[in-house]
Amino acid sequence: MRRAHPWIGGAALVALPFVYRSPYPLHILVIILIWSFAYTSWSVMGRFGLVSLGHGGFMGIGAYVTALAWNYGHVSPWLGVPLALVAGMVLAAVVAYPCFRFRITGHYFALVTLALSGIVLQVITATRDYTGGSLGYTPERYHGGSSLWALQFSEKTTWYLIALAVWAGGLYVWYRVDRSMLRYALEAISEDEDAAAATGIHVTAEKLKITVLSAGMTALAGALYCQYQMFISPDTVSGISVSLQMVFAVVVGGIYVSLGPTIGAVITILLAEVLRISFGTRAVGWDNLVYGVLLVLFIVFLPKGIVGSLLDLRRRVGWSSS
Amino acid sequence: MNPLAVFDIFLLEALLSGVLLGGVLALLSLGLNLVFGVIDVVWICYAELIMLGMYGMYYLYTVYHAPIWVAAVACIVSVGILGVLLHVLVIAPLLGAAPINQLLATGGVLFFLQSAATVLFGIEFKNLGLRLPVLKVGGMFVSYSRLLAFAAALIGMVLVYLWLTRTYTGTAIRAIHPFVGLSFGPITFLICVLGSLGNFVGGFVAAFVFAEIISVGGLYLDLEWGYVFAFAFFIVMMFIRPQGLMARRS
Repeated sequence: MRRAHPWIGGAALVALPFVYRSPYPLHILVIILIWSFAYTSWSVMGRFGLVSLGHGGFMGIGAYVTALAWNYGHVSPWLGVPLALVAGMVLAAVVAYPCFRFRITGHYFALVTLALSGIVLQVITATRDYTGGSLGYTPERYHGGSSLWALQFSEKTTWYLIALAVWAGGLYVWYRVDRSMLRYALEAISEDEDAAAATGIHVTAEKLKITVLSAGMTALAGALYCQYQMFISPDTVSGISVSLQMVFAVVVGGIYVSLGPTIGAVITILLAEVLRISFGTRAVGWDNLVYGVLLVLFIVFLPKGIVGSLLDLRRRVGWSSS
Repeated sequence: MNPLAVFDIFLLEALLSGVLLGGVLALLSLGLNLVFGVIDVVWICYAELIMLGMYGMYYLYTVYHAPIWVAAVACIVSVGILGVLLHVLVIAPLLGAAPINQLLATGGVLFFLQSAATVLFGIEFKNLGLRLPVLKVGGMFVSYSRLLAFAAALIGMVLVYLWLTRTYTGTAIRAIHPFVGLSFGPITFLICVLGSLGNFVGGFVAAFVFAEIISVGGLYLDLEWGYVFAFAFFIVMMFIRPQGLMARRS
């Protein structure tokens, strides 16, 4: 099963826009893929008990650095996106290193990172002369919004394939981490830091590695979101609520399985869309209302999320298709 | 001649409004601190309960014209009941689980309460319509309502300190909005941690330090920068004194 299914599924996903090219569903799919990638990036570290609420900050950095470099420095996103990645990773390292060095763990770590995403949101809002503040920001269009140099494409299919590739890359990273020594080191650390250190694991370095990796991926998700939507605002790409949104979607989907974050993104985004379409403007607030109830139910009854619980069920019932 | 004119009047006003904001924050973080200190559970949705209390005040007092004391008592009692419900339905099943699950579950309640308020009450600011005067002291303007909250915080702290009751509702805050929870929530949370969990005096001091940073930082730059400094201060303090401001060095 591990061998064939991903390739068949992947081929079907690549073929999809050539068979079916209705713009609205395609747009929803692109959005789902971008957020799936962001959620996967979060779960790369979140699954080891490193619950970060700072990922909204990294995503905001990714989006705003790319857009600001383009508008002010006329730096092509081909350079701007790597720049944004580096910025996100540096920020992550600057905050995470002292955290790990001084043994700030559990909900204290969550709170420090929460303050971090608060800072990013407030800085973006405060520097409104450059970033447009809470009114949002738009990268300048180049050649009518369709140019490889500016990484702007008017064709939805192009974006779909880019997002698909990045998402698949995210899953690949998840898989590689899952198969690495790093995973065993981090699992040992999340069980007991002292014991892990005693067995010769360099606790600070291992945690820092995964945090910087995860932050870089999240910044990439932000940059991608910015290039696709061509509009970013501090509330949609940064801040505490975006961080919480990531955690919630991952918990709903399943934190310990590779496709969990993706399923979480599918469920939460479809839910929001269905509510928006069926209730129109009256839907303001309803999606979060349902999220909230779902989240509480999931944590109380299905702490492993949908995918994790289904896998458990399959194991218990005893079908194994592999 | 104004006797205070030797000082920068704006700085003084900012300092003073910082003290008063500190009073509000201290009052808000007081109850949260209690939950922390007694059952060691992280209630991230705590500020949303306060928000419901405020809405209760608004409807009882302004819409149904209940006497203000009746409204206040009714709100405090009903928010208290809500807290008990929340504990029985959400927290109790999770008491044995990892702390992070409790944090996330109460986060779910946060989303729920916040959007319930948006759905039920709309997103306009509601005003209690309590016309409390603005005091003018030596050329500085002091909001009476914040003074009241400050006094309430002091009294509340003394009461809690004497182990009499829990004080939930910041009744003196006059305007209410569904995002009040979100704007105060994380800050009260940080304050509790900053002032060492379960330590009331620490929480009180931390509330004032935080409020002064926000208020004075906001005077020289924008209000947003005040928050930036406050958050940054929190992060740095966590590195320097992870046990909180008032903890004795071990």
